[in-house]
Amino acid sequence: MVAGQKKRDQPWLMRTYSGHSSAKASNTLYRTNLAKGQTGLSVAFDLPTQTGYDADNVLARGEVGKVGVPISHIEDMDQLFDQIPLDQMNTAMTINATAPWLLALYIGLAQRRGIDPKKLSGTTQNDIIKEYLSRGTYIYPPGPSMRLIADTINYTITHVPKWNPTNICSYHLQEAGATPVQELAYALCTAMAVLDRVKATGVITPDQFPQVVERISFFVNAGIRFVEECCKLRAFGEMWDEMTLNRYQVADPKLRRFRYGVQVNSLGLTEPQPENNVQRIVLEMLAVVLSKGARARAIQLPAWNEAMGLPRPWDQQWALRIQQVMAFETDLLEYADILDGSPVIAAKVSELIEGARTEIANVEAQGGIVAAIESGYIKRELVGSHMNRLRAIESGDLKIIGVNCFQETAESPLTLGSDGSIMKTNPAAEREQIERLQAHRKSRNDAEVRAALQGLADAAKSDENIMPSSIRCAMAGVTTGEWGDSLRAVFGEFRPPTGIDISIDSREVLGKKDQVTELRTRVANTGTALGRPLKLLVGKPGLDGHSNGAEQVAVKARDVGFEVVYDGIRLTPQQIAQAAQEEGVHMVGLSILSGSHMELVEAVLQEMRTRDLATVPVIAGGIIPQEDAEKLLSQGVHAIYTPKDFSLNTIMADMVDVIRECNGLERLGLLQ
Amino acid sequence: MNATGSNGLDCCSDGEMTQANLPDPEQLALRIQRGERAAVASGLNLLDNKLADARSRSARLLAALSGERWLNDGHLIGVTGPPGAGKSSLVCAMIREWRLSGRTVGVLAVDPSSRPELGGGALLGDRIRIKNSSHDEGLFIRSLANRNQLGGVASEVWPMSGLMLACFDIVVIETVGVGQTEIDIAEIADTVCYVAQPASGDAIQYLKSGIIEIPDVFAVNKSDLGAPARKTAAEIARSAPRQDRREDWDYPVCLVSASMNTGIKQLQDHIDRHRGFLVNAGLLGKQRTRHHKAWVMRLLKEEFGTFGLDLAGGLAAIGERLSENRSGQFAEYERMRQHILSRFKSDNSSSNITIKEHHHEQAVI
Repeated sequence: MVAGQKKRDQPWLMRTYSGHSSAKASNTLYRTNLAKGQTGLSVAFDLPTQTGYDADNVLARGEVGKVGVPISHIEDMDQLFDQIPLDQMNTAMTINATAPWLLALYIGLAQRRGIDPKKLSGTTQNDIIKEYLSRGTYIYPPGPSMRLIADTINYTITHVPKWNPTNICSYHLQEAGATPVQELAYALCTAMAVLDRVKATGVITPDQFPQVVERISFFVNAGIRFVEECCKLRAFGEMWDEMTLNRYQVADPKLRRFRYGVQVNSLGLTEPQPENNVQRIVLEMLAVVLSKGARARAIQLPAWNEAMGLPRPWDQQWALRIQQVMAFETDLLEYADILDGSPVIAAKVSELIEGARTEIANVEAQGGIVAAIESGYIKRELVGSHMNRLRAIESGDLKIIGVNCFQETAESPLTLGSDGSIMKTNPAAEREQIERLQAHRKSRNDAEVRAALQGLADAAKSDENIMPSSIRCAMAGVTTGEWGDSLRAVFGEFRPPTGIDISIDSREVLGKKDQVTELRTRVANTGTALGRPLKLLVGKPGLDGHSNGAEQVAVKARDVGFEVVYDGIRLTPQQIAQAAQEEGVHMVGLSILSGSHMELVEAVLQEMRTRDLATVPVIAGGIIPQEDAEKLLSQGVHAIYTPKDFSLNTIMADMVDVIRECNGLERLGLLQ
Repeated sequence: MNATGSNGLDCCSDGEMTQANLPDPEQLALRIQRGERAAVASGLNLLDNKLADARSRSARLLAALSGERWLNDGHLIGVTGPPGAGKSSLVCAMIREWRLSGRTVGVLAVDPSSRPELGGGALLGDRIRIKNSSHDEGLFIRSLANRNQLGGVASEVWPMSGLMLACFDIVVIETVGVGQTEIDIAEIADTVCYVAQPASGDAIQYLKSGIIEIPDVFAVNKSDLGAPARKTAAEIARSAPRQDRREDWDYPVCLVSASMNTGIKQLQDHIDRHRGFLVNAGLLGKQRTRHHKAWVMRLLKEEFGTFGLDLAGGLAAIGERLSENRSGQFAEYERMRQHILSRFKSDNSSSNITIKEHHHEQAVI
């Protein structure tokens, strides 16, 4: 055994994306994870925090503490980092529309603890573009949102120089269906938009600008086609190097390095035979560590059971151990770049670069990425790519083991646990957070709060950097909802195009042609029998912005002949029930991935009953554990679809049957 | 198929099962006139329903809603224009103003359907773009697919907009303009507003197509673009005044910006002014009567074909009948339907079924 004596490269930062229930519970989890050898923190915030609402806002109902930790004010932040030394920790925060605010709370907390903000290191995700396209936690229109990003960059470059103020994300583009070429192109277009915006503020001197470029980092996805993914990352590095040199005249090659963190693909993780996800995760990770020249700086791995629900501490530990085996047991870190000189790799990289260049030119010709978002172009492209992927899975051209092939399985001991093999968030978390918040509001100095908020509004209306007034708000005890609302009042709110208005695909690739033809007949005949064409409302209640599933259902339903109403994300149960009434739909389909399905579906059912719509069937889709699915069915939901239901055709046939059944017609059964 | 065939267990059994839920039209009319949202929704569903029983009830509903009030009250506004002109945003901005002034608003948003051989499905709405996020009892939006009917607007649009007019101060029909649509909309709305997009070339095409004869008010959106918007407005203004139509109307061209919320009030003033113009010239009631007549004929033709129209005495006779009873055209419509239905049945069936309650109609027509 000589491996121990060899000179090895430093491994990447190892993180686990985590946070839930409350600041206190999350702090305990963080300290446990750090004790197990995790070397950085990756904070998951709940949706109200991400979208700038207080826990007691009507839109926050059911969402508090679900997908992450609720942070309403500086005392929550203090509790979250209890006994964690801020100046020694590297903290990544998945926060976007409210990034300046969470960063202000972090800086405010450091100041309160007597720590120089210059010593803080970490990352705020702070990329609004991919929120509009995929993740959905946007608040303000693109103009003011880009300004907030520029403000955080301009501020941190002098006051928190070790901070990565923005993390350009191609990750969520892949989750939304992007091909590697699209990922490269749109991420680099986003980076250009950010840098151009910073440049236009005139705050940064030309000799400071290379430092700004150096602080731009990326957050990338890695899918199961790991050779191509590895090439994608080499392509990223080459293109970034070229762009920062030619477009931004960064002379020092070290400042032009493509720095990126990774979370491997969640899109490909399966609910059936979930243990297979472990080998998927390992292979996906290989793509981002194999090539030394294009190796990730930080990695977080999903847990094997992500498609089933929230992972438990043990599941997260397993994900961390995968990284540790790769870093410390294998000989990977002992070699130079093992892919350099491979003509196959070089050719693939060139091909990707060429494709991405073409698409970048295309977006630039439309006025850049912001214009291409406002016009709906990019969203339509992504919805189209995602649809192609689903069709390939449906047709069997894209094999997913355990899902569309090799489905037979012995009973897995891993999923037999009495806890359903997933984590349950504390059901009292919402109530406790609201109590804490209301107590906090009473304890602070109202005059100070008012003055701080006035300062914030003044800054928002002027060109003044938003950070100093936000930090003052943090210190004064302002809440997340107050910060969000103050800027809403100045900037307004925004809803990007849904992208589902892609043209109907008449070619044979539309699923299996015979099934689609059969579905169209069923939809048309059922409509005739009921007197009017079948009309479907696709609704996303709550704050969850992961709209890819809802979009695909809407597009597919349109393709098989439904008249579809889809209003995008973030609707209250009341708005959904009202839309169902006004639109006279035959069915309401709800999509929820944030884990708040119990509260939200029940609220929609209640609102529908008060409108005399109890006879209109409601179906739901999302990451809904079996136990919850059974409860929802007993409450009157007519069908539940989860990630194991990969065939949209089958789902459509079932939806038609649910409508038939609810109107006294016989079911037509499975498609041939 | 003869009349007894409907008792069989073939395709018709589907329909029978669902008829139990159809509402009583006269009751429904009362609730609609009181402005009950659930009744409005249910009435719109009924008017959309093509089952035989539903058609009869629809006709009865329309008849129950008829009256002088229906010819004189409210304002039916058609908003049309090319895709991407920002119609939804503009309608949203106008709704905000109308609601602030206390007027209730009903909206019918019409979107294209895919071709029948491609399933005929449709993506509807962007209702959220029209709607402000807060809950508002004074606003009701129904989206509708155009269902490829004759290239223009779906024939459901007319009765649906009529129903909404019975309970909302303002009714807006929003459609994508594609030639035939404008012609159809002009046969429904009191006032047609065309939304133009600056510098897109659409306005020019529009001027050339001759359909510019139709709108009463023009709105050039995105006026924040500056010069291109002013240029488009000038081009429309040069072509808009026409000698052959109502000489006293000035066909205003407004510069508006939905996103900056400018020019909205002025546009609304012009739209209001147009209604005032129609009323003062004694045109509003006449125009609506003419529209109702045209749509009754279209509905009859859609349901029964030319043969059916002949059974009711032919186009000219039907037109005359309708003109004689201008506020009761739907009562006439329902009588004619029943007459045609009974004639169909007696022509097609040897069992010679007579429907007693329709005896008197044969004398009428």
